[in-house]
Amino acid sequence: DIISTVEFNHSGELLATGDKGGRVVIFQQEQENKTQTHSRGEYNVYSTFQSHEPEFDYLKSLEIEEKINKIRWLPQKNAAQFLLSTNDKTIKLWKISERDKRPEGYNLKEEDGRYRDPTTVTTLRVPVFRPMDLMVEASPRRIFANAHTYHINSISINSDYETYLSADDLRINLWHLEITDRSFNIVDIKPANMEELTEVITAAEFHPNSCNTFVYSSSKGTIRLCDMRASALCDRHSKLFEEPEDPSNRSFFSEIISSISDVKFSHSGRYMMTRDYLSVKIWDLNMENRPVETYQVHEYLRSKLCSLYENDCIFDKFECCWNGSDSVVMTGSYNNFFRMFDRNTKRDITLEASRENNKPRTVLKPRKVCASGKRKKDEISVDSLDFNKKILHTAWHPKENIIAVATTNNLYIFQDKVN
Amino acid sequence: MFARGIKRKCFDGEEDIEGTLAGFKAIPSYNLKRQSLLDMSLIKLQLCHMLVEPNLCRSVLIANTARQIQEEMTQDGTWQVINAQNTGQASLDQLASSDILCRSTKEQSDGKLIPSYSSFSKDFEDIQSQDIISDLSTVTSVQASRNPQGNVWEMENSPENRGNFQKSLDQIFGTLENKNPNSVEDLFSDVDNSYYDLDTVLTGTMSNTKMGHCDVLESFSSQTTTNSNINELDHIILHF
Repeated sequence: DIISTVEFNHSGELLATGDKGGRVVIFQQEQENKTQTHSRGEYNVYSTFQSHEPEFDYLKSLEIEEKINKIRWLPQKNAAQFLLSTNDKTIKLWKISERDKRPEGYNLKEEDGRYRDPTTVTTLRVPVFRPMDLMVEASPRRIFANAHTYHINSISINSDYETYLSADDLRINLWHLEITDRSFNIVDIKPANMEELTEVITAAEFHPNSCNTFVYSSSKGTIRLCDMRASALCDRHSKLFEEPEDPSNRSFFSEIISSISDVKFSHSGRYMMTRDYLSVKIWDLNMENRPVETYQVHEYLRSKLCSLYENDCIFDKFECCWNGSDSVVMTGSYNNFFRMFDRNTKRDITLEASRENNKPRTVLKPRKVCASGKRKKDEISVDSLDFNKKILHTAWHPKENIIAVATTNNLYIFQDKVN
Repeated sequence: MFARGIKRKCFDGEEDIEGTLAGFKAIPSYNLKRQSLLDMSLIKLQLCHMLVEPNLCRSVLIANTARQIQEEMTQDGTWQVINAQNTGQASLDQLASSDILCRSTKEQSDGKLIPSYSSFSKDFEDIQSQDIISDLSTVTSVQASRNPQGNVWEMENSPENRGNFQKSLDQIFGTLENKNPNSVEDLFSDVDNSYYDLDTVLTGTMSNTKMGHCDVLESFSSQTTTNSNINELDHIILHF
């Protein structure tokens, strides 16, 4: 099925994917083999469960898609793992636990569960736990529903590990993980008259360290930082991040390509990264008037914007991610290409996630798109790019150089060569 | 769905032959491209509304783009120029309004009847209320009387158009709102309006050139654009 979200957990041992069919598949990294020090553990399927089902809203005669929009892991507190998964309308807290022992030796039941005839019981024994094949169970622990009129695009867990936010096109709500029948609305940009609507919320995230701070991005290319201590309703931002438009690049598509599809804080909390249609921008939270770094993802598409508008590709929402040390950022593109930008060396690389071009365990060959002029050998011309093959979702292991890249139907896991 | 590579259209590419002719043909070419972009945007919005639940972000972005184009066209007087060419066709307007109700969809595809931008979004409203007859009638329901002849109409049109267009786009979002009715009144508010319009059309009380904007598209749009708009309208009507 079509993968719609990818997320490593806090240790990187687990990798969760959500798909259009409402399923969550979790992969687990194999324990490192002591004899094979040159490769890290592989990821194998650990658990699969149906998170969301399609629903029907009878009042509005609308079907609610079961597609998983986002998954976010909670930090591990005990033996079990917890994650939040959301579709357009409902967020669910799932507990994933292992069972590798089972009790044996009941007095009143046989091993297969049938009840024993009480008259045959002559002695009493204490049941004991015996090992069994590992079973991974997922069970929904909380269901947070009926709080969003519009489609949920983001969820983000607060650094207090007690609350989280969920954002739809026009509103952001604050929840407590234990309480499902109530949420607080903290941002509302819905105009009194819907006819005046010109801007929507596209993404939101809590600051990784300050539990009172969050940001949300808009379809007009702005990011607002809000402080929940200032007021209950954070409609007034504390900071507004916006880069003035370059007048030489102005076109009818300027607004659409400035719309931010993803916003992610750096692990340090000092920077945040935004992804718009053509570029990735790094912002210093202390400077609102322009980003500190800008990386062009596929600038060769700028002259093709009209066609991309016609075939709707211009509305594709690409995500972006940081590596564990915040030194490299990664994002996807078309033709199953994905790009990495090294912030220190200022070098960038384009790689391709495809089976035809890459055998397993071989080093990926850098790719290059020829924007104009004579195409060199091994280069791909812009016109032969496949716009159906888009990489929207990527994730980077929090500690190691292992990345997960989702093409439409497949998940690729790459790691750097360990010498 | 989409083959490798993209067809280059509109503003793409530097090999536009028309653009290389020094200035002479460049400006009309830009206008034509801008017009087709506007048409494309409106078609997209129309298709949006045919979905059960439109993607709000996408709708907002497309509507903003269409609004931008319309504003630019108003500013550089293109909108006025278009209207000036059509003063002679005012008499067709009244015929057209009742014609819509009578003609088959096949006849309509001959290109005579094209909904104006200003009533375009009202079509959306009515599609949602599943009232096709009113869909046709709203083509005639453009507000305000205006003098079909001569310069007075020209001048009045420009701010009118802008106002109406703005109103149309606003109504698009109004309808998005109405998709989630909070009360029974909301559920029926759209329907009420359309019936009113239908009444006025049938009784012939609105004799003014509400079809004025149709002329805009009739003469100015390229044939293919016209047909595609019509085809979309056909599609909506056939759904009934």
